[in-house]
Amino acid sequence: MKHSRMKWITIVAALASLMVLASAGCKKKEVAPPPPPPPPPQPTASLTANPSTIQRGQSTTLTWQTTNATDVTLEGIGAVEANGSRQVTPSDSTTYRLTAKGAGGTQEATARVTVTQPPPPPVAAAPSDEELFNQNVKDAFFDFDKSDIRPDAQQALMADAAFLQQHPNIRFTVEGHCDERGSTEYNLGLGDRRATAVKDFLVQQGVSADRIRTISYGKEKPFCTEHTEDCWQQNRRGHFVYQR
Amino acid sequence: MVGITCQGTTSVVPLARKNNCHPERRPNERAERGQAKDLLCSIRTQHAAPYPPKPKLPRLALTRNARSRFARDDNSKCVAARLKPRPFKTCRISAGSVVFCFLICLGLVLPAFAQDWIRTGTGLGVEKVRLAVPDFKVATADASNAQLQQVFDDVLWNDLANAGIFDMVSKSFYPLQTPGTPQELNIPAWGNPPPNASMVAFGNLGVTGTDLQVQGWLFDAKNASAPQVLGKQYKEPASRESARDIAHKFAAEIIFRLGGGIPSVTASKIFFISTRSGHKEVWEMDYDGANQHAITHLGSISLSPRISPDGNRLAFTTYAHGSPDIVIWSLELKRFLTFPRFGGTNASPAWSPDGAKLLFSSSRNGDPEIYVVDDNGAHLKRLTAYKGVDISPVWNPKTAGQIAWVSDRSGLPQIYIMDADGANVQRMTDGGYAVSPSWSPNGQFLLFSWSRKWGPGEPGGQDIYIMDIASRQWVQLTNQGRNDFPSWSPDGRHIVFQSTRSGSDQIWTMLADGSQQRQLTFTGSNSMPNWSWK
Repeated sequence: MKHSRMKWITIVAALASLMVLASAGCKKKEVAPPPPPPPPPQPTASLTANPSTIQRGQSTTLTWQTTNATDVTLEGIGAVEANGSRQVTPSDSTTYRLTAKGAGGTQEATARVTVTQPPPPPVAAAPSDEELFNQNVKDAFFDFDKSDIRPDAQQALMADAAFLQQHPNIRFTVEGHCDERGSTEYNLGLGDRRATAVKDFLVQQGVSADRIRTISYGKEKPFCTEHTEDCWQQNRRGHFVYQR
Repeated sequence: MVGITCQGTTSVVPLARKNNCHPERRPNERAERGQAKDLLCSIRTQHAAPYPPKPKLPRLALTRNARSRFARDDNSKCVAARLKPRPFKTCRISAGSVVFCFLICLGLVLPAFAQDWIRTGTGLGVEKVRLAVPDFKVATADASNAQLQQVFDDVLWNDLANAGIFDMVSKSFYPLQTPGTPQELNIPAWGNPPPNASMVAFGNLGVTGTDLQVQGWLFDAKNASAPQVLGKQYKEPASRESARDIAHKFAAEIIFRLGGGIPSVTASKIFFISTRSGHKEVWEMDYDGANQHAITHLGSISLSPRISPDGNRLAFTTYAHGSPDIVIWSLELKRFLTFPRFGGTNASPAWSPDGAKLLFSSSRNGDPEIYVVDDNGAHLKRLTAYKGVDISPVWNPKTAGQIAWVSDRSGLPQIYIMDADGANVQRMTDGGYAVSPSWSPNGQFLLFSWSRKWGPGEPGGQDIYIMDIASRQWVQLTNQGRNDFPSWSPDGRHIVFQSTRSGSDQIWTMLADGSQQRQLTFTGSNSMPNWSWK
């Protein structure tokens, strides 16, 4: 029995010593710790827009550089590569924000793109005088070899006169045209008579004569070149042209 | 139908009388001589008078038609003409009319207006000289001879054939041996049938060194004892142009000598409007259509070119400055001369015979009227004052005392004449649509473009007519296409005009009797020809 007790004591002792030894070994590491690692570097970021001012509809180039960043995002665009450039076409003035995240922290950079309004297009939304003129002022047509104002032409010219009186700043030319029949020279005279007849009629209706220029093209500038009465009628006219 | 007489020889020749197309009728013509006391009268009274002899030929139907038309249209005039005979005293029918008729029978179908007689005073219609023109003989051995000889022979032949006063003997009748010098000319072989030539123009040419040398003779084949009429020698640097030039000069000598002393037109020019460059520009060409080239490069619309009597200045209408204005271009200085812009439509300039004044139409005061102005723009004076179009004025080039122009004061445009100061206005045409007058160099005739019957379905086209101003009798000269802008040649024997008969507006020439109609331009649209004054 005594022997057996001794045996147990020995085992326990051995175990205990082992455990002591083991725990002593562990304790030895903590006792000599390594130097602490350096803190991760702070990321850097820069963002430029070139040009920084654009007209609406134009585009600009954003260029960025980052360092020490693991995650680079451009606001509004999303994740981007560390260094790069991109064309953007903002419709309004925009501040672009570049966020560079890294182990050492987060860095932001911004670039402002100013968008200006383009100058108004030449044709304004509201119809111009010229458009109104072209829509409203109708040509006067003539009979063969005649420079008398026909009833249908009278109607057209009355309406023309009304429009022209509402727009007193419009200046215009009346071109006299003839059909292809007859002589070139005589038709120059006839075209002149037609242009003058139209002018005289408008003046009678109260349109100031100094707004009206007349010119005869005879049969030199036909509107229609077929040899039919329809076509000839198209060419016998007093034609209105807006004068800029 | 058409008769043209020569004042120089005071002869009268019917041009298109079908009976004269038959040589066997020639003896009758001599018998007619005594009866033809007043030809202008006989035009209208022929169906009552014994003249001309009644033909018994198949053409009768045509003549009958013609007469009935006259009876319908012109009875009143016929009476007037009978009461007031024109002073055409010494008339003679020549045998040359046979030839003329032959030409007309060939190509020209004149409207059958019965027997119209017009004397041009230019030798047209006189007995034509039967002229033989053998090819010139090559005198030297030079490589370029053949080419130059071809040019020379062609131009010489064309000039003489175009002159209107020669009966060119067909080359197929010529003796086999080509004479190059007088010694080589066998006169009887040319003067007797088959050539039966009255005159022979012959010679030689060759390149010596750098020069083209031409010797030319004109021999009277019917006068063996003293046959030489002309002997000429020319020397110019060898080129196609000189060959043309020498041929023109030699032809001019022959035409002058045999054509009653009237200078030929071989050196004259024709100015016209062409669209070849894409714009209506002023162009120039030789009278035979050669050497066509642009004068202006304005890129606008230019119209109505009129060359000055001295040939140095060109007046025309152009839109180059916006509105139609008259401008004067100096052909010598190659620039515009000072001429004012009058405002309105300014068109149809016309030079006075002395080249010091211009007539033109201007609407500067509202209505197109005829104005006269100095060539520098001073002394502007209005000549017409009538509501309507007044345009296309021309002077009487013989006297400068009268003006013909176009006015629509009575409706459709008509030809009028007035004194140079605007007095004595007379209407010359009696209806239809009449435009574009041109006054003959001898002052006796007007050419104009006339649509006699105007309106839907009316027959006839726009044709060139010639009118004897004193009697107001007229003859239609064209009958194909639309014809406009006739212009007299300086010799009064030729007419240039524009016609659509080939499909587009082109320039044509013809003799003043309507024969020998030839097309001169072929590319683009070409219009408004104006023949130089010399």
